[in-house]
Order: sequence, then structure tokens, then C-alpha cells
Amino acid sequence: MDMQSLSGGFTNPPQDSSRAFRAALETLARPGTIHDISGAKAPAPVSEAAATLILTLCDPETPIYLAGAHDTPDIRDWVAFHIGAPLVGPEQAMFALGTWEALFPITVFPIGTPEYPDRSTTLIVEMDALNQDGMRLSGPGIKDSAMLALPDLAPFQMNAGLFPLGLDFYFTAGTRLAGLPRTTNVSDLMEAN
Amino acid sequence: MNKMNPTPSQDEAPDSAARKAWMSVLAKSNPKDLNAAITAYGALPAFDWLRRPEIGGVMVRGRMGGTGTAFNLGEMTATRCSLRLETGEVGHAYVQGRDTRHAEQAAIVDAMMQGPNAAAVQAAVLTPLSERLAAQRVKRAEKAAATKVDFFTMVRGED
Repeated sequence: MDMQSLSGGFTNPPQDSSRAFRAALETLARPGTIHDISGAKAPAPVSEAAATLILTLCDPETPIYLAGAHDTPDIRDWVAFHIGAPLVGPEQAMFALGTWEALFPITVFPIGTPEYPDRSTTLIVEMDALNQDGMRLSGPGIKDSAMLALPDLAPFQMNAGLFPLGLDFYFTAGTRLAGLPRTTNVSDLMEAN
Repeated sequence: MNKMNPTPSQDEAPDSAARKAWMSVLAKSNPKDLNAAITAYGALPAFDWLRRPEIGGVMVRGRMGGTGTAFNLGEMTATRCSLRLETGEVGHAYVQGRDTRHAEQAAIVDAMMQGPNAAAVQAAVLTPLSERLAAQRVKRAEKAAATKVDFFTMVRGED
């Protein structure tokens, strides 16, 4: 295990994780807003926002799926030392981390059951950039409508149609964080006009 | 506080059996004894925290007779921390109880035992501590032996 996998935890865990948790709540409560979170650094290619998010949300009882280029020995060691979460395949994952291309198709992730809709996966999608343009969002937590650049359209529309089941999404780029819960309806700006 | 997982195995450790032995001595020693031994050793190197001391519970498991199926004996309070000396050695500590200073000192000694001054640390800190632990064990065994009752059966005269 090399140094990179042992360093990069929170400097002040109670405060850093509380701030990050607040930001994580806000982003899902108000889809379309973008928050800054920082404090944790995982080996590349994990962004600072994604590292902070999994360090805040995951523990030994939340299985994580590392997709594609995010499944490296360094990152596995980092998760083992700082979080202790079991690493599993997409079918058992409570959290999944990767780029949109690596996570696709998202139909393999559990969407919960009617009795327990919370037993679904939260996807943390690493993006090159986060912008408030592109797709039009509407639904709970959004006054009128909001805008967010999403990597795709149809899968998110299908996911919203599964409500009360379905997946929840976080989008991360650098230290920026955005969220898309299953309650949000997504439409193309062109179609909406 | 979340449940603690054992720290991942260290491939680069010089000899994991020897390291297990000294970590065990550090964890079992009385914090006061450890503090005294470290003070006697002298100046400690500077270090950075990798994981600040945190207090949590570990499930102690046992096997009946050492061979049966595992059962949960009970939860125990433990403190753990990890640090890196300025010379680069990484030290880990898991100690019983909620004494964060104990965990910190145990991790420093663990890291120093992997460095160039291992022999000096061994002589100044670990040898006195393990002798003390051994003495405590003998004392306890003697105390228990003094209460031993030997049962015997008189010849019953049937033959």
C-alpha cells in the first residue's frame, strides 16, 4: 500500500463531513443547484468532490461499486483504509462511482422494492464539467424550472418514470457537486419550447 | 462511530510476525507504563496524522476450545489511529479503551520500530514493557495457583 492510499482523509472529520453532508442534502433537495464540497483527496481519477462525498456517505455497511477507470488498486486501498466499505458488483451496490460511460447501462443497478424503495443505488457520476444549461428540470424542490447539463436524456426520463422506485444521481466535477433525485422530471429544452 | 475494520495487511512490513508481537505488547501495556518508557527513550520524531485517534467498538469473537465455530464474545471499546513520521515510516495502533494518548504513543513506537533506530527503541521501550507484562502474567498465575484445590479420591476398598 503506498502513501497516496493512506493520505487524503478529512483534516477535521466532524466539521468536514458535516459540511459535506449538508451540501449533499441541499443538492438533492434542490436539483439544479451546484455546491462546492472539498476536504478529501483520493488517488486519480477520483475528483475531490466525489472523494469527499463517498467519505461522508459510505461506511463498512454500504457496498460500493467502482466502475471502469475508477477501479484501480490505489483507489481500492484508499477505500479500504478510509472507509472500510466492501467493494461489490453493480447488482449489490448501494453506491456506484465512475464516469457515465463506465456506469452505463444503468439498468443493472437495483432500483429498490415497493416495500423498501430506499434499497436502491446512488450513482456518483464523474463529469468533466458541471454547467447550469442543457436539460430542463422540474419537480419537487424546483421553483418553475431549473437547468443542468446531463450526460444523457432518455435514461433519466425512464428513471423518473419508475417513481417511487429508481436511482438517485450525484454529478461531480473538481470540487463541484450537483444532484438529480428520482423525483425530478427531465426534458430537453428544445422539446419544452 | 462506525465499526472498525482491521487495517489492510502491510505487504512491505519487515516481518509481520515480529510486528504483530510488538503491536500486541503496545496494545496490552498500561498507558502509564508506555508513557514512562517513551519519556525515558527521549525525543520523539515529528509526525503527520493519517487518521486522528478515534474511539469505537470492535466485536471480539472467539472459538470454543480454539477449534469450534466462531461466536461473538462481546463488544469492546477500542481506540485506533494511524500516523506517518517525517522520515516516512507509517505506524498504526489499535489499543483497548478510550485513551487517545495511548493510541498515539503506540503508533509512534510502531513507526519507529520500522526505522533505523529500531534496536534502540526495542531496548528502551519494548523490552521493559514486555518484561513487565510477563511479570504481571506470572504474578496472576501464581495468585490463581495459590487458590487451586486438588481433588482426590480415597481408595474405596473394592478391590
